[in-house]
Amino acid sequence: MRAVVIGVLLLFVLLGLPALLSTYWIKILTATTIFAVVALGLNLLYGRVGLVSLGQIGLLVVGSWIAARLFFLTNLPFPVVLLLAGLFTGAVGTLIGLPALRLSGLHLALITLMFAGMISIVVPTVNFPNGGSGFLGHTESSLGSLAVRRPSIAHDDDAFFRYAVIVAVVMFLVALAHVSSKIGRAWAVIRQSEPAALAAGVNITLYKLYAFALASFMTGVAGGLLAADQGKLYSYQFKTIDSVTLLAVVLIGGIFSVWGAVVAGVLQKLLPALLNDWFDFFRENPDFLFVLFGIGVLQVLVTAPEGIVTQFPKDMRNLGRLILKPFRRRSGPAEGSP
Amino acid sequence: MIEVEGLTVRFGGVTPLDGMTVSFREGTCGLIGPNGAGKTTFFNVLSGFVSPVSGTVRTFGEDLLKMADYKRARWGIRRTFQTEQAIERLSVFENVAMIHEHSGDPRSSRYDDVMDALAFVGLEDSSERKVGGLSAGARRLVELARAVVGKPRIVLLDEPAAGLPDEQTEHLGQVIQAIPRHVGALVVLVDHDMTLVSACCETTAVLDFGKLIASGPTAEVMRNEHVMRAYLGTEDVL
Repeated sequence: MRAVVIGVLLLFVLLGLPALLSTYWIKILTATTIFAVVALGLNLLYGRVGLVSLGQIGLLVVGSWIAARLFFLTNLPFPVVLLLAGLFTGAVGTLIGLPALRLSGLHLALITLMFAGMISIVVPTVNFPNGGSGFLGHTESSLGSLAVRRPSIAHDDDAFFRYAVIVAVVMFLVALAHVSSKIGRAWAVIRQSEPAALAAGVNITLYKLYAFALASFMTGVAGGLLAADQGKLYSYQFKTIDSVTLLAVVLIGGIFSVWGAVVAGVLQKLLPALLNDWFDFFRENPDFLFVLFGIGVLQVLVTAPEGIVTQFPKDMRNLGRLILKPFRRRSGPAEGSP
Repeated sequence: MIEVEGLTVRFGGVTPLDGMTVSFREGTCGLIGPNGAGKTTFFNVLSGFVSPVSGTVRTFGEDLLKMADYKRARWGIRRTFQTEQAIERLSVFENVAMIHEHSGDPRSSRYDDVMDALAFVGLEDSSERKVGGLSAGARRLVELARAVVGKPRIVLLDEPAAGLPDEQTEHLGQVIQAIPRHVGALVVLVDHDMTLVSACCETTAVLDFGKLIASGPTAEVMRNEHVMRAYLGTEDVL
């Protein structure tokens, strides 16, 4: 039943939404899809293994940069470039994950945040590839500047949205396959207790690094999609603080279910666009979102540690029971009847 | 068989194990002593969480300290913890199966081995339940099933009866006593419940301040003057 509901929803997203929405909203939904994949990486790292990373936006930059460079440098098919961007970002993520073998919690968060900070300093210096020559592939000339190409089957925005959704579905299937496998069970025991993991014969070093590699791979693939979606990338689009926001929305979405990443993508990209559309206040004060996310994280940590994705259905069931309660009483046996 | 010689562990200025020399031969052996005597540190050395500064540990002739930490479980050392560590988000079956996946014999059937371990502790009917919803006693049994699945050679039990009511402790004691016969493993039992230790262990060693102060048949050890002074007290503990 669950699979049927998901299948119908997916068909609606792929076929219905592009027919119903304007190009502006389809672009927003493409960004939402891409950030759901980024959130999925963090969801796996923190929710499954217990590793806090604040460097995911830095890795997204790395993935975007590599993909953009490969698009300009080679004629490789789009999926191959996505795969290579994922693999290279996975390698970078694994290197950053090395301190995770010794660090955890706040210390690891700080190290990864520093990485994101370092990337935000390096990128304005090297710039994103835009069809220029040399190793960096960047030209200052606006005439020589080119847009990153999209796959031949997904040139327009609607088709590219569908393409991004299909790539995201593949990433979610990869995540689900991992979670329900030997690897997922090893992550579960590492998250709960490293001594218990070691006592079970789990190679903690290997499984932690693999988690970093997989999360970074997904973020790299998302980076490739982002490069093709945007066409031209600029360093100001990637702020270090976005890594913190990402962790906040992943927590609000729910870290113990991979579907929490979908909610996180919606919170990160769709919600701000909706609020901007509905309220002038948010257009004039975009930073007010931080306050909203702060309240959201507080609410989740205090009342619903499993996040919206688990709490919302429970709340709806409770609300349903509450609404139906008077009707049930009325239809029950009358007071005093045998 | 576990043969320990001159085992010393230091954490800064603290020496939880101070030249410990002891051997555990077969069956179920007790390891008792006051809090801070070094019992759990000894288990931590065997399972690889703690590296000693000196000493040797030979398990069935193997130099254990030269073995990589995560390979020790694969070699056949299993343990439980003072604070039970069953994984809440996994089912009872998955909890036991994941040990088999990483440390069990790949030639034997995982399903059969896991169900055998669950039947051994009496949890075969709860295999699909999530551990998070089980009672404290049942969670202890899940840990025990994790420790015995897939023919281990040595099973280290760290206060398995802590916090359990008497009737559950009795059942746990019966399961512990059956481990050497059922899986053929050497069991080392750490517990403060002297009734449990006396019921399960043919031999017992006593640690105090990281040193062995007595070892031998459990009944004799319980009557040992040093042991009574250091740990048990002068009244009849049984």
